[in-house]
Amino acid sequence: MNTKLAGPSAPGRQAPADRLPQGAPRKKTARQWLADYRWVLLIAIADLLLWLFWPSSAAPVLRNTWDYLLEMILILIPVAMLIGLLEVWVPKQLIGKYLGRESGWRGMALSGLFSTAMAGPLYIALPIAGMLLRKGASPLNVVIFLNVWAAIKIPQLLVETKFLGPAFMLARLALTVPSVILMGWLIQKGIERTGGLDVAPARSEVAR
Amino acid sequence: MSSLLTWGMYIIVFGALGVLALRDRAKARQAIRVAVRSFLGILPMMLAIIGLIGLLVGLVPSEVISRYMGQGAGWWATITASLIGAVLYIPSLVAFPLAGSLLRAGASITTVAAFLTALVMVGTVTLPLEIKQVGKKIAVSRNLLSLLFAFVIALFMGMVLR
Repeated sequence: MNTKLAGPSAPGRQAPADRLPQGAPRKKTARQWLADYRWVLLIAIADLLLWLFWPSSAAPVLRNTWDYLLEMILILIPVAMLIGLLEVWVPKQLIGKYLGRESGWRGMALSGLFSTAMAGPLYIALPIAGMLLRKGASPLNVVIFLNVWAAIKIPQLLVETKFLGPAFMLARLALTVPSVILMGWLIQKGIERTGGLDVAPARSEVAR
Repeated sequence: MSSLLTWGMYIIVFGALGVLALRDRAKARQAIRVAVRSFLGILPMMLAIIGLIGLLVGLVPSEVISRYMGQGAGWWATITASLIGAVLYIPSLVAFPLAGSLLRAGASITTVAAFLTALVMVGTVTLPLEIKQVGKKIAVSRNLLSLLFAFVIALFMGMVLR
């Protein structure tokens, strides 16, 4: 199910944006809307059926979905704005200099400190990571950014201390930091050996 | 704490937008355009993820997970725990209390650490979005390595914490 989600929809969605002249508003046909939102529709139908036939199991599902929906939209607004600011305001050379392949320990520290102080679930970090990567951040730093966000965010460490104790939190933190760096290094090496990244460089949506 | 950070992000990001607007109105407008476009562009996938997570969390309550993980010990328990953690999506505000109750219910530190680390680092539900954003190479290898490292971290934690 997950692989299907990724497959055919992704290129179909990006294609019209590339063909349009820069700055022109993107006009979508009803068909494209349907294609974009087909998984959402499918899940909505599943929710509806659940609600019709098994109302008792539907209640927690609908409540959770609603809660996450509000949380997601609340966080996605500043994150989208952050992406807009990064895109327009921060030149590629700057990201390359501070987070690129030559950025060394400073770049690693920067990506780690940036993401440990953020709020929100991992899927919120993904568009930011994509933007940084396309703007010239190294795979090492992008992996550090993502894994620190996932595993050792400050708010999360506080919750962890509360429920599992300081010893558990500190031990996991101390083991996770080197693991994250090693993982990033391995992935970077792997990408260098296999002929570079498989994402398109910064999309030229914005005229400079 | 978490909501404090969210509002902090609002203040910082929109404050920065204000500064940019004072210096260059056209560029600020462009930043807003990019923001709206990326918001709308990512929305279908985000909504699908939210819907999936809602179904998953609603249909697989914590009690079921703890029933599966509370029993048994040793290698199998740890491997199962990290696989469950990798496949499921549980928000951290629910995951940490759940892990705490597992520990008190008698699950080993190794098992709980494997579950928790895989849970936070591996994202099966969000993998399609990750592939779209950072490419197949980074996304797939990050998730696979995270699963492996969840196991390694858990083994060390079991040795360190007694």
